[in-house]
Amino acid sequence: MKSAVITFPGSNCDRDMHVALNKFGFKNQMVWHNDIELPKSDLVVLPGGFSYGDYLRCGSMASKSKIMQSVINFAKSGGLVMGICNGFQILVESGLVPGVLLRNKYLEFICKNVFVKIDNKNNPYFKNLDKEVFEFHIAHNEGNYFCTNDQLKEIEDNNQVAIYYCNDNGKTEEKFNPNGSLKNIAGIFNKEKNVLGMMPHPERMIDQSLSGEDGSLFFKNLINNIK
Amino acid sequence: MEVNEQIAVDHGLKKEEYKKICDLLKRVPNLTELGIFSAMWNEHCSYKSSRLHLKKLPTSGKKVIQGPGENAGVIDIEDGDAIVFKIESHNHPSFIEPYQGAATGVGGIMRDVFTMGARPIANLNSIHFGSSQHKKTKNLLRGVVHGIGGYGNCMGVPTIAGQTSFDSSYNGNILVNAMTLGLVKKNKIFYSKAAGLNKPVIYVGSKTGRDGIHGASMASASFDEKIEEKKPTVQVGDPFTEKLLLEACLELMAGDSIIAIQDMGAAGLTSSSIEMASKGNLGIELNLNKVPCRESKMTPYEIMLSESQERMLIVLENGKEELAKKIFDKWDLDFAIIGKTTNTKNIELYYDEKQVASIPINTLVENSPMYDRKWKKTKLPKKNLIKKEEFKKFKIKEVLNKILSNPNVCSKEWIWQQYDHTVMGDTIQKPGGDSGVVRVHGTDKAVAATVDSSAIYCWAHPLTGGKQVVCESWRNLISVGATPIAITNCLNFGSPEKEENMGEFVECVQGIGEACEYLKFPVVSGNVSFYNQTKEIGIKPTPSIGGVGLIKDYKQMITMDFKEINNLVLIIGKTEGHIDQSLFARNILDEKNGPPPEINLFNEKNNGETVLQLIKNNLVRSVHDVSIGGIITAVSKMCIKGNKGIEFNKPKYFMSEIEYLFSEDQGRYVIEIESKNLKKVESILDKNSVHFDELGKIIDKNMIINGKTKVTIDELKSYNTNWLTNYMN
Repeated sequence: MKSAVITFPGSNCDRDMHVALNKFGFKNQMVWHNDIELPKSDLVVLPGGFSYGDYLRCGSMASKSKIMQSVINFAKSGGLVMGICNGFQILVESGLVPGVLLRNKYLEFICKNVFVKIDNKNNPYFKNLDKEVFEFHIAHNEGNYFCTNDQLKEIEDNNQVAIYYCNDNGKTEEKFNPNGSLKNIAGIFNKEKNVLGMMPHPERMIDQSLSGEDGSLFFKNLINNIK
Repeated sequence: MEVNEQIAVDHGLKKEEYKKICDLLKRVPNLTELGIFSAMWNEHCSYKSSRLHLKKLPTSGKKVIQGPGENAGVIDIEDGDAIVFKIESHNHPSFIEPYQGAATGVGGIMRDVFTMGARPIANLNSIHFGSSQHKKTKNLLRGVVHGIGGYGNCMGVPTIAGQTSFDSSYNGNILVNAMTLGLVKKNKIFYSKAAGLNKPVIYVGSKTGRDGIHGASMASASFDEKIEEKKPTVQVGDPFTEKLLLEACLELMAGDSIIAIQDMGAAGLTSSSIEMASKGNLGIELNLNKVPCRESKMTPYEIMLSESQERMLIVLENGKEELAKKIFDKWDLDFAIIGKTTNTKNIELYYDEKQVASIPINTLVENSPMYDRKWKKTKLPKKNLIKKEEFKKFKIKEVLNKILSNPNVCSKEWIWQQYDHTVMGDTIQKPGGDSGVVRVHGTDKAVAATVDSSAIYCWAHPLTGGKQVVCESWRNLISVGATPIAITNCLNFGSPEKEENMGEFVECVQGIGEACEYLKFPVVSGNVSFYNQTKEIGIKPTPSIGGVGLIKDYKQMITMDFKEINNLVLIIGKTEGHIDQSLFARNILDEKNGPPPEINLFNEKNNGETVLQLIKNNLVRSVHDVSIGGIITAVSKMCIKGNKGIEFNKPKYFMSEIEYLFSEDQGRYVIEIESKNLKKVESILDKNSVHFDELGKIIDKNMIINGKTKVTIDELKSYNTNWLTNYMN
């Protein structure tokens, strides 16, 4: 299986994602933001970091970079595109998934483990996972998901919420919401479910010496689903 | 403008220093030249008050590749790998403008590390604020934490450990010390020594602006009520540009184009160009019209003294200009050939085709002033005669609550949760432990790092305090299973022109030196920050020690959380009941006099090495060193982290419970072992003549003292975790 990770100026989780994808069997290739063509890939990842320093608005400048036109075309043709953290911000800025990501409610960067609940397994990312609640890691300043009421209705009608913040039992109450996200939303799909944007970093949880191993479950399952 | 003595004094130079400049040049300097002298001769750049004493520190050893004198120190971690590390202060700017001051402190130290070819893999910091009651403290703390996070997070370098303290002596002078570790291949280390004639001198990175002019001079003066006016001397950081600069430099460094490289830190273009030429015993010629400027009509004086951030100066091999330019173009960074190396041994500056300065480099460096300042010895204070009956009136549980919620002991999670501590995917021990630990990417090795200071002990008796803080660093490394290798030090003191403050400096340095020598724990880099002083009042002497150690197999790393019920808990090292200068004495008894706990270097080394031996033999499940707050504070943290309790044995000594539990005797560790291993552990401890006691046994959910006092884990947690969050919200 081939994957591609895009490096924007200021991306800083690109290497981590590269390591994770290779570890679980992808043949990953790094792609420079100024390139025009994507290499042939089964999965394209927009990694975390601070593309363009998060200046203007997180993800906004990266969403206009040269490679993004190919990424958008790839997504529109049904290709799998996953945006993590800053990658999620780039996805919303480029219009591939609905909504916006605001500054965290308490106006502070948060780096910690959180629990998330998978709402919908009818998609290539979560299909065949045998549990619903995962422990993932977040590290962001702008992860406060927001959208209009109309958008929310559409998102919910189409089962587009990918994951919700919750506790270890899967309860999605407001007190388990780390950043003020609307309805505890931590990740969103596009309508067709081939594009996934989420704030948590599964690539930081890929061995037992790190913050946990739920990221391993995610990647192992993902490559099996794509095969 | 004609230069005269008054202008020199306004630049922070002493009258006699100005006279020396005129004598060395055999003429009156022009304004640009005077600016250059003032930048090179201020305390921050010249170490004129400290050099004499710093020479006494041990700086070499089997593992030392590069000691002090370069951008950072370098140690060998085997297999061709090396760690580059250094700590640096950014105290003055952080008090004036906490966000930018702290942010650029972090940016500056990372640049020092990647200048040497190393990719930064971990950040640490030691930050000290005034009393929590002081009106400025909260805003300063918030600003500094946001600044450190803002820069480090954007760079994608994990912040893995740190230290935060509060003391009223920092009310008018906070301390912000930032430390970075980088990883490099031993044969790919870059230095700042220029070599060869007519080699192109390259400027890369951000453009030069008017920010930070005279920053280093500001950092070499005391504060007064006009300090707010100094805001324009604080630099403004741009971590995004620094990230690009990091990647571009490392890309260029992969080849063989660079002869010498130096970041533009304090005193900007002035010190970077002069240092490279000086080390190579060369001259340097710069055309200032070629320097990329952010603002129009900047004068040579401003260009030379700007402290704009994220800039580097490189001496390239001839013919490599195009290749280098291509890399910096790719990363959208400025690139300009601004001069060349010469054989004149002068720094010669040109602007609009006129020579605007010409100074022999040796006058700026070798002939810079060096002072043997007067200093006063601090006598060891007499022991307090605290009556033992006094202790009986205290209820252990109440005291424990006060100690665990003390601002200097309480959990600092509110702070480190704002730092990305997991990016790069190798952080195996997060903040909150004895040391932060990161794996050496792609290997079985890991590097541990800690930063410590003990201003109270240093204030009570600088010689003992200096030794203690090195030992504390050593202990923190051992407590995670790392073999200590070397330290970097950041020496924060008041005015060297005052005999008391100078005495504190001299004796702390002596103490640091003695401990480093004995423990074979050399100093490989560091920085001195004097004039942490507002009007007449200096801070408590605060040497911050950054220690680094190696864990050969990262799976042998140890954490402090209690692991299993029914395991035994031992205390390594002897408990003598030293209460003077303890948290208990100062905060519960309100007794501020007396000597700090004594340091016995033999025991320190022996106990530490023995604990390490136990860890390497897989006989230990958890370890935590005993520091402020004594045994019970150390054990409480192990309980909280492991979510388990302990039943204490009755101590066999003739001392009160308070003395036993809260005294701060040195060289001690709490360890958890499985009861089946007790014999083996005992035999190793006995063989090495290490004193130990059985402290108790791990139980579920409660701490039980003397069979009667019971504290639940939830109570311990609430004592320890709430103070800072409540304070900040």
